[in-house]
Amino acid sequence: MEFIKDFSVIFFATCRDVTPIVLLIAVFQLLVLRQKIPHLKRVVIGGVYVVLGLALFLAGLEKALFPLGKIMATQLSDPAFIYGTADKILTHADWTAYGWIYLFAAMIGFATTIAEPSLIAVAYKANEVSAGTISTWGLRITVAIGVAFGISLGTFRIVSGTPLYLYILVGYLIVIVQTIFAPKSIVALAYDSGGVTTSTVTVPLVAALGLGLASTVPGRNPALDGFGLIAFASLFPIIAVMGYAQLMEWKTKRRKK
Amino acid sequence: MIVAAILKKLKNACTDLLPIVLVIAFFQIIVIRQPLPQIGEVLFGTLLIVLGLSLFIQGLEMGLFPIGEAMAQALARKGSLFWLLIFSFSLGFSTTVAEPALIAVAAKAADIAGRGALIDPSPESLKSYAFGLRMSVAFSVGLAILIGVLRILRGWPIHYLIIGGYVLVMLMTTIAPKEIIGIAYDAGGVTTSTITVPLVAALGVGLASTIRGRSPLTDGFGLIAFASLLPMIFVMGYGLLIFK
Repeated sequence: MEFIKDFSVIFFATCRDVTPIVLLIAVFQLLVLRQKIPHLKRVVIGGVYVVLGLALFLAGLEKALFPLGKIMATQLSDPAFIYGTADKILTHADWTAYGWIYLFAAMIGFATTIAEPSLIAVAYKANEVSAGTISTWGLRITVAIGVAFGISLGTFRIVSGTPLYLYILVGYLIVIVQTIFAPKSIVALAYDSGGVTTSTVTVPLVAALGLGLASTVPGRNPALDGFGLIAFASLFPIIAVMGYAQLMEWKTKRRKK
Repeated sequence: MIVAAILKKLKNACTDLLPIVLVIAFFQIIVIRQPLPQIGEVLFGTLLIVLGLSLFIQGLEMGLFPIGEAMAQALARKGSLFWLLIFSFSLGFSTTVAEPALIAVAAKAADIAGRGALIDPSPESLKSYAFGLRMSVAFSVGLAILIGVLRILRGWPIHYLIIGGYVLVMLMTTIAPKEIIGIAYDAGGVTTSTITVPLVAALGVGLASTIRGRSPLTDGFGLIAFASLLPMIFVMGYGLLIFK
């Protein structure tokens, strides 16, 4: 019974989120374009599937993954777990003691990105548009590796307390240099893959990890240091996707010689 | 045929979810060494996720992609730049303004700004700050999609715009109050929701494949990139304007 109540709350919230989009499309179809939508019945059924599917997906995440992921993030960042003793008074963080955190960050970043519905959608489109040259799984795995590296580095930043903008600045410089040399056809898709990685699945888990770390690492302020992980997760996939395209181009060139 | 398609979707969804299950099991059993709490709830939840993901992807192919592309093509054929730009802006604005992740981030940002004595810490002032922040992010996403669509129409190279945006972000970072920077960077990532992304991708690809001389791959993508870049600039700009 309780589940049905929870599910209806999520279902209505999803409907509310979709309402502006439905209104916008309806207004444009009826008032501006004034023509029939092709295969209207199919599209409407598809729309219902999307809303129902998303609501089920979110309900499942709330029930299974988020509580578990958040508990794990807190347990792993607990000083008692990291330093082995609970009663030692810590004045500064030793960044070498946080190995499990970096590994957890990388693995959870990779795993949540693989399950991210927006990325599946973009990979599907990219595969269709490139006539199969860009494989769906190739793109998704490359992006996931980028996110894994980004979040892992992001947790290192929180532990070490180094300023966020320095990392972002260096990341931007790498992106700019890569843009000059990367194959032109991949650039737009690479930029896009930065934005799609962080949504329904990744954000809540990663935010919990960041805030958990910032509130347990000595000398960190959750308000200042807890944020920024998502920025890492949107920057590194760009580098990964362009890097992968460059690697492929280089391999093809070498084979031709 | 429908049954076969659904079975295939279910199988794919299981594959998509497998890495998360493995990671959690590994850390729970090997590293933390504690039994899984409420195993029944977790299994039931996982089943819901698999079902939901399969339905979502099925609906994506049947509904969201076709409608996005059909609208892009109809608008392009109508040939009215005005309506196309209005549509682009409204799509970005309306899908962002009600986004739950954004509402959460805005409330958090107001809280931090209030505690840091950057704004008046009374509840009304916090509320109006959070509202203003949400409006500026939604406006910036609308503007981003508009600029992105204009880029597809005119064929401007994407990298000049993005690199220009990066330079602006860095410049703003040097002058913006440091409390706002982390949130501003994150705001870029949270604005693009699961339903917006497929629609926006279909809009871009649909436009690029209708207009002669544009390639769907090089020109059709890039809208989402703008939508995650502009909010950073606007959130820092909002911080500069409001903070005393």
